[in-house]
Amino acid sequence: MTAALALGDDALVLSHRLGEWAGHAPVLEEEVALANIALDLLGQARVLLSLAGDEDELAYLREERAFRNVQLVEQPNGDFAHTIARQLYFSTYQELLYEELARGDGPFAPLAAKAVKEVAYHRDHAEQWTLRLGDGTEESHQRMRRALDALWRFTGELFEPVEGCEVEWSALHGAWLSRVTAVLTRATLSLPEGPWRGAWAAGAGRQGIHTEPFGPMLAQMQHLHRSHPGAAW
Amino acid sequence: MSGEGNGAWPLWEVFVRGRRGLAHTHAGSLHAPDAEMALRNARDLYTRRSEGVSLWVVPSASITASSPDEKDPFFEPAADKPYRHPTFYEIPEGVRHL
Repeated sequence: MTAALALGDDALVLSHRLGEWAGHAPVLEEEVALANIALDLLGQARVLLSLAGDEDELAYLREERAFRNVQLVEQPNGDFAHTIARQLYFSTYQELLYEELARGDGPFAPLAAKAVKEVAYHRDHAEQWTLRLGDGTEESHQRMRRALDALWRFTGELFEPVEGCEVEWSALHGAWLSRVTAVLTRATLSLPEGPWRGAWAAGAGRQGIHTEPFGPMLAQMQHLHRSHPGAAW
Repeated sequence: MSGEGNGAWPLWEVFVRGRRGLAHTHAGSLHAPDAEMALRNARDLYTRRSEGVSLWVVPSASITASSPDEKDPFFEPAADKPYRHPTFYEIPEGVRHL
């Protein structure tokens, strides 16, 4: 199932990235917040991947080219502003998408209806930090600006139609743009300029083309399972 | 609560109400840059296993606490006055939650 893989891989990969903050977050409270979000996403990934096959096999035994996540979610954590910018772009999208899916009667409606509440919190978390970093100190403003610019070219891919999702993708993009713009304006920032998709690479994650940082991340995520197949504790 | 220089975040006390009808009780404390973030951190730290339906956060600096040095004048006189406790009544059968 193309759509279950696409949405499931988005949740799985972002969950792993957020989990990388454990032990490294700027403060303990934020570490717990990011880990909470990661666990929410992992729960969604389990449900979605189970719709597509065996969740463990899919998560741990597929090669890089078989993953269908968007390239945005595999981007490295960077500084805290990069993580927040990635969260803002992605969770705003995911909330809108799940709202749409929950309204329909497709196979994802039950999951979407439940997960949309979790994602609303993720989006709120990202918004709160975007406001504070954007409208904080000179340095936090600059870092947030740089992070939003750096990840901008990965946002176009979010609105590539996914086979099996009955969604008005262009309407979703419009709603996303206006929500993100509203937050950035309040944060004394503005929507990045420049292309939101790159002809060369950005936008091919759904076809299995991934960026360089994805390989090492996958190796770390999969090595335990691959070294000790079927291990339990 | 001074001693929070160097840009460190202030401390907040967290109160959680377990369910409707109960009072908020103190659950612990946390650091946060402002009240809105304190509330969110409290949600993540103290209610992620469904411990609550309502949260309060209060700046620790706003709490005036009794001093351990004044323990005796504050609390000692209450110790030997059993007549202040409603212990001399027979509780009728069938009355619960007293």
